[in-house]
Amino acid sequence: MLKLGVPSKGRLMEQTFEWFGARGLTLARTGSDREYAGAVMGCEGVELVLLSAGEIPRELAAGRIHLGVTGSDLVRDRLADWPDQVAELAALGFGHADLILAVPACWVDVETLDDLDAAAAAFRRAHGFRLRIATKYHRLVREFLQDQGVADYQLVDSQGATEGTVKNLTAEAIADITSSGETLRANHLRILTGGLIHESQAMLFAARGADWTNGASEVLDHLLPVLGLTRPQGL
Amino acid sequence: MSPDKAEARATGQRLLAAFREAGAAEVEADILQPAEVLLDLYGEDIRARAFVTQDPLRGEMMLRPDFTVPVVQMHMANGADPARYCYFGEVFRKQGHRGPRAPEYFQVGYEVFARDDAPAADAEVFALIAGLLAPLGLRAAIGDIGILMAAVGGLNTLPGRKAALLRHIWRPRRFHALLDRFGGKAPVPAARADLLARIAAGTADIDAPLIGLRSAAEIESRLAALAEDAAAPPIATAEVALLNALFDLAAPAPEALSRLQDLAREMPAIAPAVAGLARRLDAMATRGVDVAALAFEASHGRSTMEYYDGFVFSVRAADPALPPVASGGRYDALTRVLGRGGGRSIPAVGGVIRPGLVASLEASLEAQAC
Repeated sequence: MLKLGVPSKGRLMEQTFEWFGARGLTLARTGSDREYAGAVMGCEGVELVLLSAGEIPRELAAGRIHLGVTGSDLVRDRLADWPDQVAELAALGFGHADLILAVPACWVDVETLDDLDAAAAAFRRAHGFRLRIATKYHRLVREFLQDQGVADYQLVDSQGATEGTVKNLTAEAIADITSSGETLRANHLRILTGGLIHESQAMLFAARGADWTNGASEVLDHLLPVLGLTRPQGL
Repeated sequence: MSPDKAEARATGQRLLAAFREAGAAEVEADILQPAEVLLDLYGEDIRARAFVTQDPLRGEMMLRPDFTVPVVQMHMANGADPARYCYFGEVFRKQGHRGPRAPEYFQVGYEVFARDDAPAADAEVFALIAGLLAPLGLRAAIGDIGILMAAVGGLNTLPGRKAALLRHIWRPRRFHALLDRFGGKAPVPAARADLLARIAAGTADIDAPLIGLRSAAEIESRLAALAEDAAAPPIATAEVALLNALFDLAAPAPEALSRLQDLAREMPAIAPAVAGLARRLDAMATRGVDVAALAFEASHGRSTMEYYDGFVFSVRAADPALPPVASGGRYDALTRVLGRGGGRSIPAVGGVIRPGLVASLEASLEAQAC
């Protein structure tokens, strides 16, 4: 049996069902509206597992599901050395969102990451603590800023309404997901030049560490041509 | 393959006894350390590397990522100098990548707090640690962050540029990108050029609601700094070339010293630090270190945690995948940062050995001998 994990609700679930449906594989929820159970028609041996999109990276890493659909941002943020743990099978072409760095629009002296770094140094001297960047994407943001050589900042956790943290004086800048940028503008924030951390979209991932014996690998052999995909290296 | 914890502990106790015999007082440090001090000192990088946990009463805590900070705090709170301390115990480092590196391991360390004769204290720490590891036939390398800082400080350019370079000595890629920019070798990025054009035209006014803690005065002061920087001439090509020659220097210690003395004729700012290196090498030779076999790497220690500001060293096994068996250096500025309030500071130098690695290297030497 091959376990396929997909988002359990909302637009992401619908678009996932449509993507598989367009390739002849019908995914459907079964039972009542409220029951998280599902079925797959069109390929023998695939079991549907409905999960929160945020938990799919963890389930893939643990090998409790063989395949999973979730955002590329979540996989990169939640999993250390993600390419060793999961393989990207396909970009699904929906769920687009950009993880970006934004600063107050009034910071006319800060256009680039260079400027952010210099402003952070001056901020620390003036205020006695490191410039705070509010985000829920800790790994992605930290690795990006480390790679870009930005120092003298600190990350503060923000699980929602992140655009409001600057006005509320709990952060000086933010790193968050945006699709149109409207919420940023409404909150007087501006995206930095070079501040695109990750262009996210929904992807189909395979778990490298799952148990591929007991038929799962054979099911994948049947499934991949149906989806128009090839087996990635090392899986 | 890796020896069990008991063997690592026994090796650590043996090394600790040697440190005590050298005159150090044994000290303990709490495993749970307040996160604030460490975060303020190391920045976000430490959050990626240390285990952070929450105490309902004391707030964010970290499993100690090293002993240096608690030992310095303890000394600054109630120690009299000169002082020698040693310690032994586990440290905890989150590994961001999958692989063989352990998230917890033993460290055994030796620290010297002394106001006079820094070269002698440097030599004492290095000779003691290198001597204990001598039977393992490892490779030692030394460097001196103080020489690099002096060279940057001596550049003939704006103080703001020198401060920016000094901040990034520990981020080599960023440092050299900045140097290329200040030296006029790298073009001004388009976004910066646009901004400079607006400043020059007087149209870089704050045109959005002021939100957040950063004030209009702070924004305007940085606009002024940008204009000053744009108006200043680039750092002379010859100065950049000298700086690059210095940072690239890697040679056996005696040869490196004579090349540094040559460089100091053209970069007088490094002369005192180079003279300090000469005295340190003499002090090492007096303590029986084979200085001629020592590798000097000017950029040594630039990718480690940023508190060393003078002598740095490491001792490594042949396998490049292994972490250093021992490492250490001088951290005069750290005592000033952690001794704040009183504005007190004291020169300090120290080093740590990983007894777990020592035990496994000893085991493989014994296996070869059989």
